[in-house]
Amino acid sequence: MRKLLTLLSVLVLSSLLLAACGGAAPEVPDGTAAPADTAAAPAEPATEAPGTTEGPAPAAQDGGFGQTLETVQARGNLICGVNSQVPGFGFIDSAGNFSGFDVDYCRALAAAIFGDATKVEFRPVTAAERFTALQSGEIDILSRNTTWSLVRDTELGGNFIHTTFYDGQGMMVPVATGFTTLEDLDGGTICVQTGTTTELNLADVMAARGVSYTPAVYEDADSTFGAYYEDRCDAVTTDKSGLVARNTIADDPSAHLIMDVTMSKEPLGPMVRHGDDQWFDIAQWTVFVLFAGEEYEIDSTNVQDVKASTTNPEVARLLGNEGDLGLKLGLDNEWAVNILEQVGNYEEVYNRNLGPDTPTYIPRGLNSLYTEGGLLYAPPFR
Amino acid sequence: MTKSESPTTAIPFWRDERYLQLLGQVVFIAIVLLFGYFIFGNMVAGLRRQGMTLGFDFIRGTAGFDIAEKLIEYSRGATYLRAFQVGLLNTLLVSVVGIIFSTIFGVILGVARLSSNFLVNRLAAFYLELIRNLSLLVFLIFWYLGVFLKMPRVNEAVVWPGSIYLTNRGVGIPWGIPTESFGTYRWILLFGLFLAIVVAYILNEQGKRTGRPPLTLVWATGAFLLIAVVGWFVLPVSPLALDVPFVKGLNLSGGLILSPEFMALTSGLVLYTAAFIGEVVRAGIQSVSRGQVEAARAVGLNAFQTLRLVVFPQAMRVIIPPLTSQYLNLTKNSSLAIAVGYSDLFYVSNTITNQSGRAVEMFSLVMATYLSFSLITALFMNWYNQRIRLVER
Repeated sequence: MRKLLTLLSVLVLSSLLLAACGGAAPEVPDGTAAPADTAAAPAEPATEAPGTTEGPAPAAQDGGFGQTLETVQARGNLICGVNSQVPGFGFIDSAGNFSGFDVDYCRALAAAIFGDATKVEFRPVTAAERFTALQSGEIDILSRNTTWSLVRDTELGGNFIHTTFYDGQGMMVPVATGFTTLEDLDGGTICVQTGTTTELNLADVMAARGVSYTPAVYEDADSTFGAYYEDRCDAVTTDKSGLVARNTIADDPSAHLIMDVTMSKEPLGPMVRHGDDQWFDIAQWTVFVLFAGEEYEIDSTNVQDVKASTTNPEVARLLGNEGDLGLKLGLDNEWAVNILEQVGNYEEVYNRNLGPDTPTYIPRGLNSLYTEGGLLYAPPFR
Repeated sequence: MTKSESPTTAIPFWRDERYLQLLGQVVFIAIVLLFGYFIFGNMVAGLRRQGMTLGFDFIRGTAGFDIAEKLIEYSRGATYLRAFQVGLLNTLLVSVVGIIFSTIFGVILGVARLSSNFLVNRLAAFYLELIRNLSLLVFLIFWYLGVFLKMPRVNEAVVWPGSIYLTNRGVGIPWGIPTESFGTYRWILLFGLFLAIVVAYILNEQGKRTGRPPLTLVWATGAFLLIAVVGWFVLPVSPLALDVPFVKGLNLSGGLILSPEFMALTSGLVLYTAAFIGEVVRAGIQSVSRGQVEAARAVGLNAFQTLRLVVFPQAMRVIIPPLTSQYLNLTKNSSLAIAVGYSDLFYVSNTITNQSGRAVEMFSLVMATYLSFSLITALFMNWYNQRIRLVER
C-alpha cells in the first residue's frame, strides 16, 4: 500500500513538472489536454502563462478573439506567408528584397498595425505547405495568390479576406506548336503545380471537354515552369497573371503564347485562421482602405494634404479626423493614413507591381473600381 | 547470517534496489505517456479552435485531381483512397525494380572492387567513392534535369536497335500486350512452375540418395522454360502481341513508355544504392578467410567455382544484415520522388493533404505505410538470414 502511495506521489510530481514545462506552449485547453488523474496540473500553466513572452519570438499563436493582434504586437512584427517565385505578386528581386502585389498587401497590414510598413517578416511558403503553415500558426496571414473556394474556406481552417485580385486560369503553349484551343492539346502533356486549384480545374475542364491529357505535376512554380521550358510538356497552366509574370523571366518570352481561353474563376486574396474575428476584420478593412484610397483619390503623395483639408465626412472618418474607426479595430486611429502614406492606394500598389511600366504588365480588367466597370467596391467607412 | 532473508529485518522497499529500478521504469513510462497525451490533447484542442476535426471520413471524398502514372484504374472522379492506392503501388514498383537492379549492379561492383585486374579494380573504386559521397537528392535532380529532360525532342528521337526510343518525353521500349489467349497461357505457366518444383524435388531426393550434387536449378529452369515455349506455340493465337513504340504527333505512342520522372528516380536510386551494396558485398567477401579460398583452389575449383561454392555462401552471413538496411534505405529514399515529380506514395499524399487540408491524418497514414513496408522487408530478410546462417552443431 505504501508502495502504491509513493508511486502515486511520484506520478503527481512528474506531471506537475511536465505541466510547468508545457507552460511555454499555448494554454492547456479545458479538460482535454489535462491529465484527468492529476488535479493539480491544469492550475500550473495558468500561473506560468504570463512569463512566456520572453525568449525567442513565439510563432504566431492560434487564438480566440484578439489573440492574434496581441501576439503580433508583442512580437513586434508581422509574419506574412508569401510567394517567392512569381514576379509581380511575390518575388525576391535582384537586391534580395521581397516585392510584388501580395507582398505590398503585407506591408499595408504592417503599416495599419504598427504604423511602420517595414515591420514585416516575409516567409516564403510553397503552394502545398501554405495552409498547414497558416493552421499551425507559423504565419499570421497568408498573402500568396490563393484562390478563394468553399473547401478552403471551411475544411482548411481559414477565412478568406476580400479578394484583392480577380484572375482566371489560363494555358500557355509554345508559339511554334500553333495550338490555339484546349482541344489541340488532346493526348498531350500539361505541366501543373501541385496543391493548387488549377490542378483541380485542369482535371475538371479537360474531363468536361473530353480531352485526354497527361499531367506532369511539380512541387513549386520554379520546377513547373522549368520543366515546361525544357519541353517536358506541351503546355503549362496556372492563373493568367502567373503565366504573364513567369513568362517575363523566360529566355524568350515571345516564343510563348497564352491561349485565349479562361478555364476558371480565380479570385485571389489573403487568408487568415479561423477563430479570431478581430484579426479577420483588421485584414479585411486593410484591403478596403486600399480600394477607398483609389476611389477618393488619396495616394501616398497627397494623403497629409487631404487629411488637413478634407470636407468629405467619409474621407474624414477614413483618415481619423472624425470618429474612432481605427480604435474599433483595436488599432491606432491613424491606421488608414499610415497605410496610404507608406504603401499607397490600390492603384499605386497595382501600378508598382503590375502596371504598364513594369515587365509584368497585366491590364486592370476586372480589377478596376466599380465606377470604371470593375469589381473593386469598398463598403462605407462609418 | 541470514539477515536479509528474515522477514522482520527486510530492508525497506525505498532502499531496495529491485523496487527502485522497477519504480524508475514505471515513472519513466508514465512521463513519456503523459507527455504524449499532453501533446496530442494540445493538437486536438488547437484544431478544434479552428473548427477542424480529426477523422478518416474524408478519404471517401472525391479526389478531383489527375495522376500521370497509374498502375490501376484512376480518374479525377475517384476517391482520395484510390489516389492513395495509386501512389502506394507506384512506390512499390520503384522499390521492387530498384531493389532488383541495385542488387545485380551492386554485386558486380563489389566483386569488381576486389578484382585483381588493375583497371577494373580502380574503376570500381572510383565509382564507389564518387557516388557514396554525393547527396542523393542532388544525384536524382541531376538525372532528371541533367539527363532525362535533356534528351532529344520527340521529333528528333534517338532510336536504338530494338526500337528503343529515347526522348525527353520518356523512354519507349517494345512491350507485350496480352491477347485473348493470355488467360489460358497463364495456366500453362502455372503448370510449368508446378512441373519445375516436382523436378527439383525428385532431383534433390536422388541427390541425397546417390551423394552426387544434382544440377537442380538448371533442370528445374529447363523444365519451366520448355513448358513455356511449347505452350506459346501450341496456342492458336500467341498470348502476347509485340507492341513497338512509335512517334505520334508530339508524343510517343505504343509499347511501354517509361516517363522521365520514373527513369530519373529509378536510375538515380539504383546507381546510388548499388554503390552502398557494392561496399557491403566487398566487406562480406573479405570476411571469408583467405585460407578458404586457397583450399578451394587447391582442390581444383576455378575462380568462379570458388566464388560460387565457397566464398559467397559464407559471405552471405555477413552481407545479409547490412543489405537489409540498404533495401530499407532504397524504399524510404523513394519518397524523394517529389523532387522529380514522380507520383509516389508521399507525393500523392502531399497532394491529398493539400486539397483536403487533412495534414495530421495523411501524415499518420504515410508514416504507418512506410513503417509497414520496412517491417515487412526486415521480417523477410531476417527469416532469410536465419535460414542461411551457420548451423552450429
